[in-house]
Amino acid sequence: MRKTIYQYVYSHNDEILNEWIELMRKEADERAIQTMSDHMFIKTSAEFVELVMSNFSESVEAFHDRAIEFSEKIVRLGWPLTMMTDGLRVFGQIVEDRMKKEGNIDHNSYVEFAAEINNWMFPMYKTITQAYTTSWERTVSLQKIALQELTAPLIPVFDKISVMPLIGTIDTERAKQIMENLLEGVVNHRAEVVLIDITGVPVVDTMVAHHIIQAAEAVRLVGAKCTIVGIRPEIAQTIVNLGINLEDVTTTSTLKKGVEQALTLTSRKIVEVQE
Amino acid sequence: MMDSSVKIINEWDIVAARQLGRNVAKELGFGIVDQARITTAISELARNIYLYAGQGEIIIEKVENGAKKGMTIISRDAGPGISDLRKVMEDGFSTSGGLGAGLPGVKRLMDEFSIESTLGEGTLIQSVKWLR
Repeated sequence: MRKTIYQYVYSHNDEILNEWIELMRKEADERAIQTMSDHMFIKTSAEFVELVMSNFSESVEAFHDRAIEFSEKIVRLGWPLTMMTDGLRVFGQIVEDRMKKEGNIDHNSYVEFAAEINNWMFPMYKTITQAYTTSWERTVSLQKIALQELTAPLIPVFDKISVMPLIGTIDTERAKQIMENLLEGVVNHRAEVVLIDITGVPVVDTMVAHHIIQAAEAVRLVGAKCTIVGIRPEIAQTIVNLGINLEDVTTTSTLKKGVEQALTLTSRKIVEVQE
Repeated sequence: MMDSSVKIINEWDIVAARQLGRNVAKELGFGIVDQARITTAISELARNIYLYAGQGEIIIEKVENGAKKGMTIISRDAGPGISDLRKVMEDGFSTSGGLGAGLPGVKRLMDEFSIESTLGEGTLIQSVKWLR
């Protein structure tokens, strides 16, 4: 029976592919279709069907490698996993319908056919789902690492003055890193004044404020001064509404003002050169 | 009327809830300051869910009351509940070592605020910001 299915699928390759594409267009998740061009959709579909076919002719290992390669591509293209599982289901359905219509299976052989098709499909479901989630997990963990790399650098800008620009959301993990980098950097750069720039922090809620206050306090303990710069007007208003007390922390609206203040604190100033 | 919700299960869902709130606020025509107030309020509510209830959801709805337009933020969880509602609405009260400005802060950030909580059953917080 397995041979019959294989031969049927193999000799009707093109028709099955066309029917599959047509059905998937109707049934599939809209996301999958919107994200790619027609040409790309057809090309990827052909590859998917080819992958399913290859399961007949290739060894388990070869199929596994092929599934992983294809899944990685799919993840990059942004096709959802349902596109692949639905795809398999639709594929099986098409083969069944067509073979029934053309008399390749009848009442007597149907049970055998169903068992065979299940045997064929189930390992594929497993391999494809596994390959897809593995690629996906890999992408996520890579992004996490990439995010960590741009977490919170402390940059010395003048002697005794360092700046830490913060961009994006501050979560617990990041708050910890901010604190570590800050204290380590203050000691290493021999900074006397540290400017924490929050221009790029979208929301300052009580937790973010709490972390900033703690960071400023810790900086004070290692003998330096900490100024929060880049407080946008709307952030100033929400801080007041929340009732957060920032009295013990020096703040300025812009990094420029912060730098000027820091220079004054370290008894220096910037002067224009007289020609 | 359109409404949508974000399930809060991990810390990053707080960002998702905030993002949704900001988009709706923008769509309704709230100014930058009110957008900041709304997103900050959502952030506080979502963080409370994450910290104290473990999981729950933030529901964002557009509301209309006569000529007035605005948005409602609902925070719902099936967590342990709050034993003393009066106390959590006091500034500076915190069980987690935080600033204790969360809930009273949300009340000040929004125009309307109501809270219901049953011990062992969960907490429901509804708040509205009207478009001026």
